[in-house]
Amino acid sequence: MNIVVLVKQVPDTWSERKLTDADHTLDRESADAVLDEINERAVEEALQLQEAHGGEVTVIAMGPDRATDAIRKALSMGADKAIHVSDEALHGSDVLATAKVLAKAIGTVENVDLVIAGNEATDGRAGAVPAILAELLGLPQVTQLRKVTVEGTTIKGERETDEGVAFLEASLPAVVSVTEKINEPRYPSFKGIMAAKKKPVSTVTVADLGIDASEVGLSGAYTQVLEAAPKPPRSAGQRVEDGGDGGSKIAEFLVGQKLI
Amino acid sequence: MPAERLLPTQEAEDLIALVKEIARDELKPHAADAEENEKFPREAFRLLGRSGLLGLPYPEEFGGGEQPYEVYLQALEEVASAWMTVAVGLSVHVMSCYGLATFGTREQQDRWLPEMLEGELLGGYALSEVQAGSDPAAMSTRAVRQGDEYVVNGTKAWITHAGAADFYTLMARTSPDAGRGISCFLAPGETEGLTAATPERKMGLTGSITAQLQFDDVRFGTDRLIGNEGDGLKIALSALDSGRLGIAACAVGLAQAALDEAVAYAKTRTQFGRPIIEFQGLEFLLADMAAAVESARATYLQAARRRDRGLPFRQQASIAKLIATDAAMKVTTDAVQVLGGAGYTRDFPVERYMREAKVLQIFEGTNQIQRLVIGRGLR
Repeated sequence: MNIVVLVKQVPDTWSERKLTDADHTLDRESADAVLDEINERAVEEALQLQEAHGGEVTVIAMGPDRATDAIRKALSMGADKAIHVSDEALHGSDVLATAKVLAKAIGTVENVDLVIAGNEATDGRAGAVPAILAELLGLPQVTQLRKVTVEGTTIKGERETDEGVAFLEASLPAVVSVTEKINEPRYPSFKGIMAAKKKPVSTVTVADLGIDASEVGLSGAYTQVLEAAPKPPRSAGQRVEDGGDGGSKIAEFLVGQKLI
Repeated sequence: MPAERLLPTQEAEDLIALVKEIARDELKPHAADAEENEKFPREAFRLLGRSGLLGLPYPEEFGGGEQPYEVYLQALEEVASAWMTVAVGLSVHVMSCYGLATFGTREQQDRWLPEMLEGELLGGYALSEVQAGSDPAAMSTRAVRQGDEYVVNGTKAWITHAGAADFYTLMARTSPDAGRGISCFLAPGETEGLTAATPERKMGLTGSITAQLQFDDVRFGTDRLIGNEGDGLKIALSALDSGRLGIAACAVGLAQAALDEAVAYAKTRTQFGRPIIEFQGLEFLLADMAAAVESARATYLQAARRRDRGLPFRQQASIAKLIATDAAMKVTTDAVQVLGGAGYTRDFPVERYMREAKVLQIFEGTNQIQRLVIGRGLR
């Protein structure tokens, strides 16, 4: 079974993240860049499926030059090869352009049975790319999964929501997205790091993929960030005076926050 | 500010990134509890083994990482910043592999080295005795050859991982000839007649096991002799040259952790309406701590680079051990000072760092012995 895993390099959630003043895009210089945590789980799931069903795992990333670090991390975990879409024209691309580019890149991989993505990245958090991508590819989408199994040409998944668990099924090829509950990703071993150096990574531009540069990037985006402000400091919180009904007031608050 | 490193290769960069991630997510969160409750983190060493981190400075053909000391030591330093017990254990394990890796025959290396370097085994180093500490030639543990076996009797002292290790690099007397009568063996960890005493109740590194190791008619094959009979002290001292670089790196990692805690605290703690880092009295203390950490790191790296180039480095290793461990003692003590009353409580890690620093000035050659080695190099 041939699997494509979509990975994204994001600013480390352990460091301070911000937007640039110039065009309100991500300030990539201000924070350490890492392979997104959810993508580590996507890679882990691909590797587990590969261990069970064979085939090849290809990593695809769209991002600036230094996204090679995130790609190498995925390869050192055990993925077989990678495609890196790197082009200055992509700066500021929205989810539609991103999905379009990824769809074209996936098209360059032969006999893809399954595309695995994280449900949302920790930076943009749109959470829309897997679904848009499935539409563009004309494939079934099985998104937001906490569990994935493959039986023959059928993929089964469990989607957990606040309301309950949905059991989903589709025929391969398909696009799936996974949540943080899917698995615990492995650490690469030092041997994996050494092996990753020798694995093939092809770097392509949007032109290589047959896409016009004007369709992507900030200028091709359907939406625009006009203004951005840092999150205000945490407020003082809400004080509950206990006039005999303190317990139910706290319960109401917790229900309001969807905590109970 | 975490340490900024200048690493020689991309693979070294990726290695350090991996070690930092494991240290941050799998080691540091467990350190305080395990040290408080004296729980030996055997599982942490298994994780290091699975990740290929137990054999970093040894050849790839035997399952090692084939990394220069310059890189291995910086990985070790990152582990030390997260959890000293694990770093010291890693350094001891690497030193325990040294005899076989450097002086063993090809046949011995093929047979035992891969599982020591790329498996999940853990090693111990059995040199010291109660009456033979700084003066190892005074040891009395004997290995007597009987046919194709050695029979070992005696008691080793201050053995890291005693009773938990899967193998020991053992020095024992094969003839009465003081320094030239000592031989090196790769002893199995579990075998009849080998027992570990109750662990010592230590001031620091309380998660690590240190105990006496008793050999009572322990038998193993003569194929476990490393080098020739009588080579033991030479091998032991050679292993210690490299081991001391490991301890220097551990010391710098510990000092860096203490500095990071102190700086973070000094930035948030306010007195007289200002963060205390803005008071020059504290700022200068922190500056001296940073200078001590950086200069100690530079010192061990210089010694490591000599080793990596095949140059003599015994004197430089002793200088690095002396400078780095004294720096760690001073920096951790001052970190407690920066945190004030809070630093003296067990709610913050710096008092533990201070307790952990002390032993660095004592083991793998006291700092007085380091001066002796340095002095001899001047004659």
